[in-house]
Amino acid sequence: MLSSTADHLFWMARYIERAENSARMLDIHLQSSLLAGGRSESQRNQSAQAVLLISELIPAFEQSQKNQSKTNPTSQNEHISDAVLRFMVSDPNNSSSIYSALYSARENARAVRGAITTELWETINVTWLKLQARLENDAWMQDMPAFFDWVKHRAHLTRGVTAGTMPRDDAYRFVALGTALERADNVARLLDVKFFEGAAAELLDWDAKGEYYHWAAILRSVSGFEIYRKTYRDTITPARVAELLILRADMPRSLLAAMNALCNHLNTLANKRSAHTLRAAGLLQAQIQFANIDDILEHGLHAYLTQFLARINAIGKGISQDFLEV
Amino acid sequence: MVFYDEMYGLDAKKQSALAHYGAYQNWVKSYSPAAMDVKRAQADAAFRQVGITFAVYGDDAGTERLIPFDLIPRIIPSTEWATLQKGLIQRVQAMNLFLHDIYHDQHIVKAGVVPAEQIYLNAQYRPHMQGIDLVNNNYCHISGVDIVRAGQGEFYVLEDNLRVPSGVSYMLEDRKMMMRLFPEAFSTMPIAPIEHYPDLLLETLRASAPMGVDEPNVVVMTPGMYNSAYFEHAFLAQQMGVELVEGKDMFVDDGLVYMRTTQGPQRVDVIYRRIDDDFLDPLVFRSDSGIGIPGLMSVYRAGRVSLANAVGTGVADDKSTYPFIPEVIKFYLNEEPILNNVPTYQCRKPQDLSYVLANMAQLVVKEVHGAGGYGMLVGPASTQKQIEDFKARVLAKPDGYIAQPTLALSTCPTYVESGIAPRHIDLRPYVLSGKETKLVPGGLCRVALEEGSLVVNSSQGGGTKDTWVLQNQYKAGEGGAAC
Repeated sequence: MLSSTADHLFWMARYIERAENSARMLDIHLQSSLLAGGRSESQRNQSAQAVLLISELIPAFEQSQKNQSKTNPTSQNEHISDAVLRFMVSDPNNSSSIYSALYSARENARAVRGAITTELWETINVTWLKLQARLENDAWMQDMPAFFDWVKHRAHLTRGVTAGTMPRDDAYRFVALGTALERADNVARLLDVKFFEGAAAELLDWDAKGEYYHWAAILRSVSGFEIYRKTYRDTITPARVAELLILRADMPRSLLAAMNALCNHLNTLANKRSAHTLRAAGLLQAQIQFANIDDILEHGLHAYLTQFLARINAIGKGISQDFLEV
Repeated sequence: MVFYDEMYGLDAKKQSALAHYGAYQNWVKSYSPAAMDVKRAQADAAFRQVGITFAVYGDDAGTERLIPFDLIPRIIPSTEWATLQKGLIQRVQAMNLFLHDIYHDQHIVKAGVVPAEQIYLNAQYRPHMQGIDLVNNNYCHISGVDIVRAGQGEFYVLEDNLRVPSGVSYMLEDRKMMMRLFPEAFSTMPIAPIEHYPDLLLETLRASAPMGVDEPNVVVMTPGMYNSAYFEHAFLAQQMGVELVEGKDMFVDDGLVYMRTTQGPQRVDVIYRRIDDDFLDPLVFRSDSGIGIPGLMSVYRAGRVSLANAVGTGVADDKSTYPFIPEVIKFYLNEEPILNNVPTYQCRKPQDLSYVLANMAQLVVKEVHGAGGYGMLVGPASTQKQIEDFKARVLAKPDGYIAQPTLALSTCPTYVESGIAPRHIDLRPYVLSGKETKLVPGGLCRVALEEGSLVVNSSQGGGTKDTWVLQNQYKAGEGGAAC
């Protein structure tokens, strides 16, 4: 297929997945800041900062706040947490906002609407049209959990329509590749919400009551709470959460599951230039497949995830060079 | 002034519908005005969901707009369609022979039927095409011929579009929408199907493949997603199951055209190009074109890639060439034209020019290279100042303009704010020339939604209607009113 078409399909899928994962991440933030017993303002702000930190958006956010206070002085009174939410959801100037991700997904789909099924195009187009209605006058802020649920459902629907209508050809595989790559990246970042500040020591010596809710929220954000219960039939411990989200192939949003999908599609798409990228992806997959959670924790989860993100990023660049920018 | 109405003919009171609208009238009675409003809202929502939009140049407000769609179809009885079809095929066949002749031996010039300067001084004449042999001698693979009905109900050809005629996707989508909204209408009335147009188009394009290519790789070439007709380019590529490509997706190597794929370069054989000649190849035409393929013309001239339509067809559909077409038909086919031209004044002729200047308020004046309703003046609908301004433009460059009497374009009942009212319409059928010349029974019916307006172009606020060609005449008594 055309390289430029493959490029649009790959990014279309990435942006849909990114929008969904942003919604999941913001949902955890929201849940943690609304925990029973209430949290102090500083804790809420810390949580909001963490949201920005994992998306590497602190400088962009600060810049946007500066620009806003110039044009609209009253916005300074807004709670920092609300400002972060607004920045991450509806700010068209933030290229990582849900708004921008769904816009980019739709523009990429529009560029290749002949290469995807009519149903898939219409699903993505309707998502975009309805999003604008939901963002109008900050309507989404009235019921944020409902909004994040809606974004998730539209992403579910998009994947379902893809699975249900697209022929299993290269177009389908580039879509699947984009989804897997973006998911691997985003889930690693999501896991890091907790770990960026902490060391392994903190994990071993945790305060059950406060932390329980945090880990439960992370699990729920990746639809993993019930899977956790079924898999471990035990109380929630951070090490097991990490194991579930990194090493379990049967957990659909784990890093290993994403890497398995990525390697599977990449191997089918292989061309004369792609040997190096295939090797990098295969190596990363194998290293996760045969890893042990205790080793990872001993090494430091934050360091592990940081390295994982760098390698995923390199694989993404390799895919672009080998297939999409020919 | 009484306009011929598609539903009521010349009956000024608009009471008894013509026979071919009888069954429609009977059927449409079952819908109350409120039910029709619901259908209109459904159509609007569906068009938005499908993303059937077009872009208007020079309009910042909405880069994507819907073309207004009207629920009342234009119905053409089978006998009228038979005449139209014969006339269209005749005209397009003559056009292909004309273009082949222009770019080869110029018999028509030698015979004195068309003056040499009309061809060689025409900005649309492409010397690069001289002596080049094309597959099946076809130049206009896809022709959009604009037909209007005027006066007592006779048909005229208003203009020929032989370069990159657009709008066929609206013809197909309008039909799909009508079938979705009113399925029962299609089971009770013998409406001729048009949905096979993409198949005919693909067959036409495949038939144009270079010599020796049995399984041609056909592509649709678009200027990109910000082009006003991008939806149509994507739509046609998808319906035919071929790649939609931009200039940057293709390159020329060793005398062939290739496209860049994820598995390496792949040869391209037939390009259904939706970009103008000027932008095709920066090495030959406009060097600032970023949307073409450098070197394309050398491959094309060597016969190793086919373009649809051919380069240089503009010389035949130019408005200054239009007055010669009836003679062109007689010259090549030795037949009388079945479809008439609108009488046309050529401002390059001093006699015609003085008539045009004196009577501009009654005429439609058109720039010979204008298209899409830009650069034209509708005399009766213009102010004195607009007319004076236009006079100055015509005087400055008389050979750049033609003029025609303001036709009493036929009307068709149309939904407007105030209810149902007659609005002026035209019809653009799409004629395909491959191994043979054919067309689907129907076309794009455009309607001027503003009261009294005669300009139907979508860029000027026109809408569209589905066109129903009836497959056979209605038996008497089945219709709602006597004929």
